[in-house]
Amino acid sequence: MRRAVSLALALFCLAAPPASAADTVNPKADFKAFRDYFTKRFPNVPLNDFVNGPYSMDAELRKQWVEIDAFPPYQFALDKGKQMFDTPFPNGKTYGDCFPNKGIGIRQNYPFFDAKSGEVITLDVALNQCRQANGEEPFDYTKDDMAALTAYMAYTSRGKLFDIKIPNDRRALAAYQKGEEYFYTRRGQLNFSCASCHVQSPGDHIRTEVLAPALGIVAALPIYRSEWGGMGTTSRRLITCNSQVRGVPLKPEDELYRDVEYYLSYMSNGLPISGPGARP
Amino acid sequence: MDNNNSSRETSERSGPTRRVIVQGAIAGSLAGLGLAGVAPLSRARAAADASKWPKDAFAQKTEADAIKALYAGKMPEASDKVNLDAPEIAENGAVVPISVSTTLPDVTSIAILVSENPFPLAANYPIQPGTSPMVANRLKMAKTSKVIALVASGDKVFSASKEVKVTVGGCGG
Amino acid sequence: MASTIRIRAVSSGDTTEVQALVQHPMDSGFVKDAQGNLIPPHYIQVVEFEHAGKAVFTAYWGPAVSKDPYIKFSFKGAQKGDDLTVSWVDNKGATDSLVGKIQ
Repeated sequence: MRRAVSLALALFCLAAPPASAADTVNPKADFKAFRDYFTKRFPNVPLNDFVNGPYSMDAELRKQWVEIDAFPPYQFALDKGKQMFDTPFPNGKTYGDCFPNKGIGIRQNYPFFDAKSGEVITLDVALNQCRQANGEEPFDYTKDDMAALTAYMAYTSRGKLFDIKIPNDRRALAAYQKGEEYFYTRRGQLNFSCASCHVQSPGDHIRTEVLAPALGIVAALPIYRSEWGGMGTTSRRLITCNSQVRGVPLKPEDELYRDVEYYLSYMSNGLPISGPGARP
Repeated sequence: MDNNNSSRETSERSGPTRRVIVQGAIAGSLAGLGLAGVAPLSRARAAADASKWPKDAFAQKTEADAIKALYAGKMPEASDKVNLDAPEIAENGAVVPISVSTTLPDVTSIAILVSENPFPLAANYPIQPGTSPMVANRLKMAKTSKVIALVASGDKVFSASKEVKVTVGGCGG
Repeated sequence: MASTIRIRAVSSGDTTEVQALVQHPMDSGFVKDAQGNLIPPHYIQVVEFEHAGKAVFTAYWGPAVSKDPYIKFSFKGAQKGDDLTVSWVDNKGATDSLVGKIQ
């Protein structure tokens, strides 16, 4: 399976190094092939601009975004997120107490592999863990409260470069590999993989939408989508991806979704956080 | 109360530069004193007045009728002094950035119509003396349509129009 | 409760550029909810901007203005530090207002 993945990438990218030994997970080699593929395919897109998704691919779209981002519709979510973030729980502790650097400017380090649980922990999951540790009910991973909190945390991290670590731990490598496989596996009635749109076809239209490149796609999350008329979390975005190919979405923050985010975030290492983003 | 900090700037950020958000003085002080329900004089005096809203023009279902209702039968003339900035293809019909400016003198109002919307008149802006004849807003478009900018200048009305393609309509679920 | 209004007013020379964003659903009356029922129209009709007790800008809006509406305009005669008052009223009679400082 993994060999097929590497081969698929290699086919798009003639200069990609040949797939290494079939049963070796090699994130570093994957990273290079992935980065090279996008930068060679879109030589005119500055590397840091990939985080702006479809706006890095289409000038007409970009102009509208610049106008919208001048006073962006996610402003209200951002304000709400800051207020939530700064408001102590009844026990007097705050979200900041759960995180390194009081939670400011740390978005780029998520998701991370947690050696204790053996699982990938996303920022959204870490926020709910924080809530539960302080006696609060977890938030719905797809709804506005979670979007507001993550929007604020992303905002304080804007410009910081993704720095996702894959420790030399069999379980971390397995999570990475599962995420990669999920990303390249075709599913749904349309028989599309995530990669069909976001690796093979970025910049192209599917019906009406300009497809975002997979490189940097996680950097803008959470996003305000005009189509939704509101904010969406990473979970909402992944569920939409599955539904749009008429597949069956996983549960929000399902282990596999977290693995996909782990894979995509690692592929975006070195790119700046741009979230929250505005998208069509 | 504190939206200032949320506009914190990072010099490396990739989007356009953000300006500091103006503090909400009244909202802040009132809420702080627990008086949010009591409208002070300045607040009451400032209230926007719905009675001046041009109901008739907004109720018209065709472009021609809306124009008639707005300008008492005066017919607009096309003018290259009316600048209408709208996208060729809207990224989403729900949020179409549209702006209008003009170099015409004595401007008293700027209106924007979307011909194919159920009610073509989208917005009408009376322009006070001392206010620049320029406005930017974001509109919904049900489908591909002509967008018309109308500028009342002196005792005449001038217009510019542009076809905006909409592939995802902004008025449906 | 947080204000529904965000405003940025920046003075340069004798001109002040104002941008405002209002949190409002701007329901057009043409959209159905999940149960297939039409959501009744609910939209801001008038937004008023005042400086030094004088209206400097008025917006008359219909249901075709986007959700969480945005407006930008410029006017002359204000100084940095002056107050700028914004208020709106919608078709159901709801209102909100805010006094911002010109930067």
